[in-house]
Amino acid sequence: MSDTLFIEGGRVIDPASGLDGVRTVIVRDGRIAEVAERVERPREARALDARGKWVTPGFIDLHAHLREPGQEYKETVASGARAAVAGGFTAVCAMPNTVPPNDNTTVTELVLARAAAAGLARVYPVGCISRGQKGEDLAEYGELKAAGCVALSDDGKPVMSPALMRRALEYARAFGLPLAVHEEELHLAGAWSMNEGPVATRLGLKGTPAQAEEVMVLRDLALVELTGGRLHLQHLSTSGSVRALREARKRGLPVTAEATPHHLTLTDEEVARSGYDTDFKMNPPLRGEADVRALRQGLADGTIDCIATDHAPHAVEEKKLEFDAALNGILGLETAFAACLAMVREGALSEQRLVEALTAAPARIFGLPGGSLARGAPADVAVLDPALEWTCDTAALHSRSRNTPWKGRRLIGRCTHTLVGGRLVHQQGGGR
Amino acid sequence: MIGRHRHCIALEDYSREEILEVLDLALSMKEVLRRPLKKVPTLRGKSVVNLFFESSTRTRSSFEIAAKVLSADALNWTSTGSSVSKGETLLDTAKNLEAMRPDVIVVRHAASGAPAFLARHVRCSVVSAGDGAHEHPSQGLLDCFTIRERLGSLGGRTVTIVGDISHSRVARSDLHAMGKLGASVRVCGPPTMIPQGIDRLGATVFHDLESAVAGADAVVMLRIQHERIGDPLIPGTREYSRYWGLDVNKASEWLKPECLILHPGPINRGVELSSDVADGPHSVILDQVENGVAVRMAILYLLAGAGATAAGAPPEKATA
Repeated sequence: MSDTLFIEGGRVIDPASGLDGVRTVIVRDGRIAEVAERVERPREARALDARGKWVTPGFIDLHAHLREPGQEYKETVASGARAAVAGGFTAVCAMPNTVPPNDNTTVTELVLARAAAAGLARVYPVGCISRGQKGEDLAEYGELKAAGCVALSDDGKPVMSPALMRRALEYARAFGLPLAVHEEELHLAGAWSMNEGPVATRLGLKGTPAQAEEVMVLRDLALVELTGGRLHLQHLSTSGSVRALREARKRGLPVTAEATPHHLTLTDEEVARSGYDTDFKMNPPLRGEADVRALRQGLADGTIDCIATDHAPHAVEEKKLEFDAALNGILGLETAFAACLAMVREGALSEQRLVEALTAAPARIFGLPGGSLARGAPADVAVLDPALEWTCDTAALHSRSRNTPWKGRRLIGRCTHTLVGGRLVHQQGGGR
Repeated sequence: MIGRHRHCIALEDYSREEILEVLDLALSMKEVLRRPLKKVPTLRGKSVVNLFFESSTRTRSSFEIAAKVLSADALNWTSTGSSVSKGETLLDTAKNLEAMRPDVIVVRHAASGAPAFLARHVRCSVVSAGDGAHEHPSQGLLDCFTIRERLGSLGGRTVTIVGDISHSRVARSDLHAMGKLGASVRVCGPPTMIPQGIDRLGATVFHDLESAVAGADAVVMLRIQHERIGDPLIPGTREYSRYWGLDVNKASEWLKPECLILHPGPINRGVELSSDVADGPHSVILDQVENGVAVRMAILYLLAGAGATAAGAPPEKATA
């Protein structure tokens, strides 16, 4: 007999099909069987009461650092996947800056094997743009794709050579792989600890200017024009980047972009307010208010396609240091929904667009399955309580690390159930 | 306590009244320093650890003398030769020191925010002796003390700070403190040395030295650090001294006769100041050194002495 689950009474938001209304989602044998308006539940079917909640496609994160292989003390594929499903993410793209980096099929296969063993979120490896992320020569894109990589990135490190970037954009076209890039002109950026501006001046911290990101965005947009390669801009953080992107898209360049929950909701003032708390230190750094406004506008009007977390776990001893000495990066998977929902409450973003930016949009960018509740699709589903208030207690996080700027804060909105392939892999308070 | 503060880390957080509390007490401390027997039992049985992660002779000595005149036990812990070079974290160093039960930790560190970090993790009072390019509160206070001593008050005065404002913790502490005491503060230097948004801290920005010092009641000349050359913020010291250094000709033509010249030391003679200016009639640079001890005595007294518990207890009683 087939296994059937009725997710009943929830507000189904499925931007891929344009649906937003109270429906019952029927899951059968791991797939979406039907999204129905009025339906009688047979006695043998199980029920999940979603009244007062949102039922959406499982979130897809194009940008997470799962740290395995090599830095398992920060995170593993399994612990990262556990954090993902706790945050409503049913798929995460694993960045290749592992030790060793994912520039070869052995690492790709290891990540996939670990993900399969964990059986939680789907994990899509991202391969390196350059061998060893050294920015010198091309990695083997064909083999990486054959092994399961869905995109290429030297994330954390910009591709400084415009000649290599040009060849990478060209060569990746042969395999239809997008290049996801961290834009930072390292000579201009220098050694920095936060955004350059009045707050850095007050705190006496060395700043990096917005233009260190923008000149690289402009360079790569020009290279896309030259090559026709597929470019995805990671974690955009400045108003100038949004302006350049908007102009490029108007011209029809094949460029997409993501923004993180923290860049969309926090400013560099937090570094001062928190008294140099290193959980507000990341790359790119938190910027100014005008940048946050521009990112929100860009996300709302579709210039920025999607939200990605840049989930970057670090151990306590790498963070509990002088601000200058602490590593860049913060957790993101378990707080993304609540952080982003604040934008909806503040009127910056519609509920439908928020869900789209976490589901259908990322699926489209990397060509991933999921991101919709269409009949026959794998039943990757998030059930979200948009009114649930909770305190971000770092001890209760599923990640191996604790480096979140939302620690101790009251948050509103939380994932209560997550299904991957129809299996309940997370239930809030359910212990799993 | 200094007003509401258990620590002395950033003058940005201090009110005008809190700044004046230290400056007024420092007057009595200076009187103690000038006695033939420079020792009072005020902080007997208290211990002060000087935790210096950056080399410093004058600030460390100044804090050490301040502690000793007040009869506190002073221990100097410097990064060279200590466990820091073996890779111990700041937090571990602090926790180990704290286990020795000091009353005050005086810390200097190259990283901005390091004293604030320490203050969050130890129980004793933390005094910053300078952190990165953030603040150097005791220097800001002693600069104010020195100007006040000579001019009576900072209210309505104009103070010009000249040099590498970007990398200067002294500039930031001076700006906060002098602004709160009613002075208008100008900063002057090549544009590469003026940080973004310094005007939001109340400074008026100049690039031309002559107009920056015109009508000024005091000029603070900052040290040009040799490692900044080739950063590249300036092409070299020769051109710097030509446009932003003070020599006797510029001083006599551009400065008011009664204008004070301050310098946090150590001076690069011939770069920011020529010798005849550094040792000339405008200079109060050695007063600053003496006043530094008095101000640091006041800080230590307020944080570790009777003032720490019974706010406002007059120092005369304690030092009698």
